[in-house]
Amino acid sequence: MVMTAPVSPASVRARLATVHDPEIPTVSIVDLGLVHDVRVSDDRISVELLPTFVACPALEVIRSTVVDALVGLGRPADVTFTFAVPWTTERLNDAGRAGLRAAGIAPPSEPADVRCPYCASASVAMDSVFGPALCRSLFYCRGCRQPFEAFKPI
Amino acid sequence: MTDDGGTEPLAMDFEGAGDGRERALALLLLSMADDEFVIGFSDSEWTGIGPILEEDVAISSLAQDELGHAQALYGLLADGVADDRDADTWAYDRPPEGYLHARLLDHHRGDWAATIARRYLYDTADSTRLEAVAGTSYQPLRELVAKIRREERYHLMHVQTWIERLADAGGESRARLIAALTTMGPDAGTVLAPLPGETALVRHGLVTEPFQTMDERWRDGVGVTFRRLGLAELPATADPASARSGHSNAFRALHAEFTMVRLSEVGATW
Repeated sequence: MVMTAPVSPASVRARLATVHDPEIPTVSIVDLGLVHDVRVSDDRISVELLPTFVACPALEVIRSTVVDALVGLGRPADVTFTFAVPWTTERLNDAGRAGLRAAGIAPPSEPADVRCPYCASASVAMDSVFGPALCRSLFYCRGCRQPFEAFKPI
Repeated sequence: MTDDGGTEPLAMDFEGAGDGRERALALLLLSMADDEFVIGFSDSEWTGIGPILEEDVAISSLAQDELGHAQALYGLLADGVADDRDADTWAYDRPPEGYLHARLLDHHRGDWAATIARRYLYDTADSTRLEAVAGTSYQPLRELVAKIRREERYHLMHVQTWIERLADAGGESRARLIAALTTMGPDAGTVLAPLPGETALVRHGLVTEPFQTMDERWRDGVGVTFRRLGLAELPATADPASARSGHSNAFRALHAEFTMVRLSEVGATW
């Protein structure tokens, strides 16, 4: 009989913290608040993730990256997406917000409170609610005269 | 299945008589999914040819959202109905007459004013329907709708801005908007026309109010905007009994297009 080593949910989460958003490489899926639930049993690991937007095209990439990240724990991983609770921008933690800024994306806030991710100026204007991805809007910074993206509050 | 949110197969039979809970729920899911799928696919035709760059991006995002909502709703149907149809089968493998979208969406997307008129009428009605489904007793739908409503907030902001812009611009913009609203007006209420099995939907708490109440609330809201913009009141719904059947040639052409790739290699994994 083959014994599998015990695996704690915390160790699974540590591995999930190494999986980054495919479109925002400075932010992990843990910091983004995508991880809803992690369960470990003797014969499998179940991970439930929350889509940021229902139509997010990155879901399949995220799913396969998570499966790859959990290889070697002695049991297969089931990765599913759930709407059990809606993903909201409040789920981003401080590291996630810092990671967004590092990628040149303003963290989500009401439009009046958006700051330029490059120079922190508050003198910004929204060009369009809709940006290059479902989760982002387009802004322009009058301080450093740069266009930038901001994560949509949702 | 229990009223407080079981997820067992619906064991649904579309051909079956009666107005049981499972059949009513399946019709609700399919009508919502088909609405989102048809408007999403139709509006996606603007990608690359939007009137201005920002709007090209915006309408493409909106269309992508609607297709995502359709995919999730078809997914609930696939999970709930005890057969082997998956979300793609529901989306692509029916003849045109098998689709249950509202007749409003049978209108061709037309010019930009027509697209905005159709989006305005659809999004406001859909938002009213989502309010009535937000408290549904079917847990998987309740969870999905909670998520969808957060996204639809942006759709309403978008279309409210555009209808004001076209109406207030006067001249050709206003004339085209009025022409589109006149053509689509009698079909606007088809989104909230009562579904077969409405009695069961209400009795089992699958929707929290009858369609008639949704329709009145929706007309009140649209009326406020239309009066402010000097637009004519929406007419009563033409032929509500066939609100989701007898589709137009414009829809048949759209159907031929959205099934083309799927049919080019039946059974292929894309």
